[in-house]
Order: sequence, then C-alpha cells, then structure tokens
Amino acid sequence: MTDTTGAPSPAPRLRVLAAMSGGVDSAVAAARAVEAGHDVTGVHLALSANPQSFRTGARGCCTIEDSRDARRAADVIGIPFYVWDLAERFRQDVVEDFVAEYEAGRTPNPCLRCNEKIKFAALLDKALALGFDAVCTGHYATVVLREDGTRELHRATDMAKDQSYVLGVLDERQLAHAMFPLGDTATTKEEIRAEAERRGLAVAKKPDSHDICFIADGDTQGFLARHLGTAEGDILDEDGNKLGTHDGAYGFTVGQRKGLRIGHPAPDGKPRYVLDISPVDNTVTVGPASALDVVALRAIRPRWCGTPPTGPGTYTAQLRAHGGETPVTAEPAGGPDGDELKVAFTEPVRGVAPGQAIVLYDGTRVVGSATIAATERRAAAAAVSRG
Amino acid sequence: MAYLDHAATTPMLPEAVQAMTAQLGPVGNASSLHAAGRRARRTVEEGREALAAALGARPSEVVLTSGGTEADNLAVKGLYWARRAADPARTRVLASPVEHHAVLDAVHWLADHEGARVQWLPVDSLGRVHPEALREAVEEKPGDIALITVMWANNEIGTLQPTAELAAIAAEFGIPMHADAVQAVGQVPVDFAASNLAAMTVSGHKIGGPYGIGALLLGRQWAPTPLLHGGGQERDVRSGTLDVPAVAAFAVAARLAAGRREEFAREIGALRDALVAAVREAVPDAVLGGDPDPAGRLPANAHFSFPGCEGDSLLLLLDAQGIECSTGSACTAGVAQPSHVLLATGTDPELARGTLRFSLGHTSTRADVDAVAAAIGPAVERARGAGLS
Repeated sequence: MTDTTGAPSPAPRLRVLAAMSGGVDSAVAAARAVEAGHDVTGVHLALSANPQSFRTGARGCCTIEDSRDARRAADVIGIPFYVWDLAERFRQDVVEDFVAEYEAGRTPNPCLRCNEKIKFAALLDKALALGFDAVCTGHYATVVLREDGTRELHRATDMAKDQSYVLGVLDERQLAHAMFPLGDTATTKEEIRAEAERRGLAVAKKPDSHDICFIADGDTQGFLARHLGTAEGDILDEDGNKLGTHDGAYGFTVGQRKGLRIGHPAPDGKPRYVLDISPVDNTVTVGPASALDVVALRAIRPRWCGTPPTGPGTYTAQLRAHGGETPVTAEPAGGPDGDELKVAFTEPVRGVAPGQAIVLYDGTRVVGSATIAATERRAAAAAVSRG
Repeated sequence: MAYLDHAATTPMLPEAVQAMTAQLGPVGNASSLHAAGRRARRTVEEGREALAAALGARPSEVVLTSGGTEADNLAVKGLYWARRAADPARTRVLASPVEHHAVLDAVHWLADHEGARVQWLPVDSLGRVHPEALREAVEEKPGDIALITVMWANNEIGTLQPTAELAAIAAEFGIPMHADAVQAVGQVPVDFAASNLAAMTVSGHKIGGPYGIGALLLGRQWAPTPLLHGGGQERDVRSGTLDVPAVAAFAVAARLAAGRREEFAREIGALRDALVAAVREAVPDAVLGGDPDPAGRLPANAHFSFPGCEGDSLLLLLDAQGIECSTGSACTAGVAQPSHVLLATGTDPELARGTLRFSLGHTSTRADVDAVAAAIGPAVERARGAGLS
C-alpha cells in the first residue's frame, strides 16, 4: 500500500484474534502478528467436550494438553489468552455432518467444513462482534489485497506447504477478515520450528497433527462403526455379481483398494478398486482401475471467491488436500440442488469421491470451490455413478 | 490497571514481605534440636501463637498446611475416615452445594471411593443454609453422620452463612462441623473458639500473606486421619518440614488482617456499594448475585449476572480496558461453565453464563470503581452483540 506521496504508509494496527490450536504453526503465526504491530489476543477453541458431570463441575475437555500448550505459547508471546467453548457448534456443523456424509456414501473433508463453519464463521462472527478486525490462523496461504480494495486468496509461496485447498470455501467477506502470517514466506516446516525455538515457544518440537482432530486414535472406521453401527452388505462387481461381504458401506471410499477382503482374484488378475458406494442397498461395487477414470463431474454448493464466473472457463482443479492440479473446463449451472458447477477434465482423473471438495485455481489464485455430487466415468457402460 | 480479583489472590502486605524475606536466609529445620533448629522453631511457634490470637484459637489448635485446599481436604477426608473408623455406621456427610471445589470435590471423592452417602443441604436463592434445614437433616439420624461442612462465606457470591447457629446444632449432637473460612478472614469477625466449629480452613494468600501456606484450625478433641504421613509434625495430623518464612509472613498478615478488619470492612464496603451502584446505573438489568443486604455478604464482594452476555466475552473486553476481574468460576481447561453455586441457588442456567465477580481488597481505590463505571456499559453492550454461542 502507498499513500499519495509515494512513501510507504505504516500498516494499520488491527485488533486480531489468533486461533491457537496448541501446535507450532498457529503459535508462530500469532507471534508474527504481534511482531507486525497488531493488537493480538489468543484463543483456543475447545471443540470436543466430553460428557460432563456435576461431580467435576463440568470441566471435562479432551484437549487439555493442547489448551495448555496454546496458553503457554500465548504467555511467552505476551498476549491475553482465552478458551472458547465451540464444542456444540462443532458437533452440529462438523462431526454430525461428517457422519451423515459417510452415511450417505460420500467422503467429506471435515477440515474444510471446520474452516467454513467454525473458524471463519462462528469464531469470526463472535470476534467481529467483540470488536476484533481479523482472525489469524497458522494456515499456509496468501491473501492479496488488490488496488481496487478486493481481496484474493492465493496458494502459499511454498507450494509444498500450501493449504489454500482447505480455505477454498472462504468468500471475500471472510477473506477480508482473515490473516495468514505464515503464507507469504517461503519457510519450510523446519524453519518454522527453528523460528518457534528462537522465539522461546516450547511447542517447537511438538509433532505435527495430521489426523482428524475429533478422532484422536486415528481409527476413522472404528469411529464410523460406533456412530453408524455395522450392517453386513454385499460387495459386487460391475455386472452385479456378488464377490464378498462387508461390515457397512460407509466404511469405503471411492478409489479404495485395500481392505476389500474379496476371497478370489479378478478374472484378469488385476487389482480391484471401489467404484461406487450405495448406502440405500448397502452395497459396494468394485472393478478395475480403468473404470475409475472420471472425465467430468457435477458439484453442488459452489462458493466463489470474488465475482462468480458467468460462463465456461479453463482452470486447474485440486480434488483433495495435498493432491495435485489437473486442468479442467468449468461452468456454473443451475440444477436440482440449486447452484451447481459442471466440470470437464482435460485428461481423465482417478479416485474422485463424491463429498470431496473441488477447488478451482487460476494460476495461484483460488477462484472458488464446490462439493462433488456425482462423477461421470469414461466407459460409456458405467456412465454416471449417482446423483 | 484496576485489579478487582482480590478473592483470587490479594497483594502481599509489605509487612508480610518483610517478615518473609527476613527468614529466607537463616538455616534451621524447626524439628531439629540444635541452635539453628531452636531458632527456626521459635519463629514458627511465635507465628502459630499470632495466628491463634488473630483467629480466636489456641496455638495447639493451629495445624499448618500447604494452603486452603489441603486444609479442606484434611478436614473433609480426615474427619470422615476417623469418624467412620470409630463407628462404621457413620458414613453420612452433610454438605452445602455451594462449597468451593476443594470441599465439593473432596466430598464427591468420598462418595465415589469411600462409601460416603452425601446429603446436600438445601440453600435459598442467596445460597444460604438455614439452621432448621440442618437440624432436620441431623435429627433424621444423628448417629450415622460423619461430618458436616458448610463454608463461612461464599467465594463467588459473597453470601455469609449463619455459621455459629449451624455449628451449635452440630455441637449439640457431638458431630464435627467444618467451615471453609478462607474468604471470611479479615472481612467479617471470625473467632474459632466462639464458633463452636470442630475445624476451620484459613489461607495465607487471601489475606495479604504468601502463597502456599494455610492452616486447619482443629479443636483439640478431633484427630482426623492424616492425608500426609511422615515426620509427625503438626500434632501427627500433618507431616512435613515447616516453611518457616511462610509461617512468619502468614502470621503477620493474619495479625494485621484481624487488627484492621473493622476499618477495612467499613471502607471496602463503601467502595463496594459505590461499585454496585455504578454497575446498576450503567446496566439497569444487571442482576446482583448473593444477598442484597450488605450485612449478609462479604464487604469486598460484588457479583453480577448480565442477561444475554457470555461471562468470558465480558472478561476479555474488560481485560482489554485494564480491568481485571473474574467470572467467579474457573476450570483447568479454561472452558467456562455455569457456576455450581449459581445453579444451586436456582439461577437460570442461561443467566448464569453471564457472570462477573468483582472482589476488592486493600489496594482498591475509587479510581478502580470509576474505571469499571466507565467500561461496563459498553462492554455489556458489545458482549450482547456477540451473544451466547
């Protein structure tokens, strides 16, 4: 930013609420926000409350250690620190949605959902109401302020760390109040750890968390079995012949190869993959890898970062966190579920699961995102999986 | 900065700091027989005598502990174990539901692990236990009661209990009654001998003494089973090498708190009344917690519920203005929960989420009250905007 004299104007001092998970990234992000001159307050979100009893005065919380780590980091940085209980909102908007999506045979991304509904909705709204200007997180992504005052979301400078995919659901209003201090520096994770060490943050050596935060033991299948029960169903081939049984269709993901427990090999001897999950009759259809090739898809709930496109355009698309980019032609369209997005892949892609998010990029810029509803396979026989 | 959280901890008195630092250098274990030990023991025993004099007890009734929490646990668990050992029928514990967690959780633990049958004494909307209610509960079957525990003054809403009347009923039936008097000392008259109590908890850092020291005043006929076994210090009830500097400073603080009590209560009560008036003027629908009659509450305590607000939001907004207070109930993970005290008084759980406790102390000034008067209205308005999440 420049003023009329051309001299750089000082960055405005903002009141910033730093979401601190107890991990190293969000701690360094908060420290950098302080260093940039902002008035920063730390907040840890208590997202998974245990059933609570009168006996303990109802103070159960399964993230006590993370909460303490976050508090310790805030103390070292020298900022006020609070714990906000958003467990009920999280349960409703993220956990129940996660279970319901699997129950419907889809594969959701709860981190995306949390950014959309919790961090940049429930948390942001409360922060704004309390007089904060922005919410700061440790995500690796970049917000670019254009000359016309609008904001764009771009990939992180370091592509290897980029997390713009899980932020693809943010609209411009949310971006206007988002701050990602880690996104615009080409720092590796090792350098972030070194920076944390230099700043005296004890979380410097804390291991990364990769798992779904509300499934502490990492056993997603077990979690789903507890919530949805088990119900034996058939594993079928593409022609409807029974090949084996499973304990519940929701336990599978399109493109999955392992854990199918089919006794006898395919006639051609090639490995078989999950092609389709049908929760209605509790069947899982498997077939050769070639049958996984998707040439087009239909996605619902599109969210645009900036002005929505009016016609077809060429973009690159990312279909899962840490996934690669693939060229597409995409076009907004009306549909039975309201606004939709039609996407055609330039080259067929494999392992596209309904429920996942597709994020469209123009270069490094995030254009928008949508939730995959149905895919179109290359083979004419296996036309459209589901609607 | 307006520090209005003296019920959490209050600054050490300069005289106590002086007494403590004077003892940090010299060597001496108060249990040793040589000269250094005798010097240390003399300091400890003089401190014990001063504590006893300040609290209306005999020196031999002062059992020094690591603080209020240990004293509460010693009284509740120790008396339960000893009474049950003497007569296995004694497993009933009568307790108020508005106790501090140091008592509350100890009672729950006895119920969960030691077969205690807990009877929660009813409290009114001010959090007060009525003597008739206690008498009724006792007369039901006096022989099966292990102990009674009802705090002297509530740490959240400041309500005073009719301790003498309650203890008289307990004494009539020969049942030991314990009172947590941590918040009462220095604010209201506390005389252990006149109280008829069997045991009473006091703490150092709430009255201008150091952290990490407290005492259980214990009538001489009571011998609770120890929590800590070891060298047999403190009447064989509480082992552990005595903290000589802390005892010296605690004694000075207790002597000054007792000596200045009347004047302090008058002045701090007037300041508190001004704070209550200011908050009510700025936020007309604020609900005062505890007894509206100043005679029925701690003079330094003001407690409010603000409809439609999250207490945490208010805390954050006031903290940003340099005003330090409390929601009244804290927890280890930092997640605010409606206070068990307010719920016990029948407060609507939603209203109970928006509470603030202002507790004044010896460093409080009119300027602190003015700061609250200026900040509370806008803070409540903003917190209402953020709503209840």
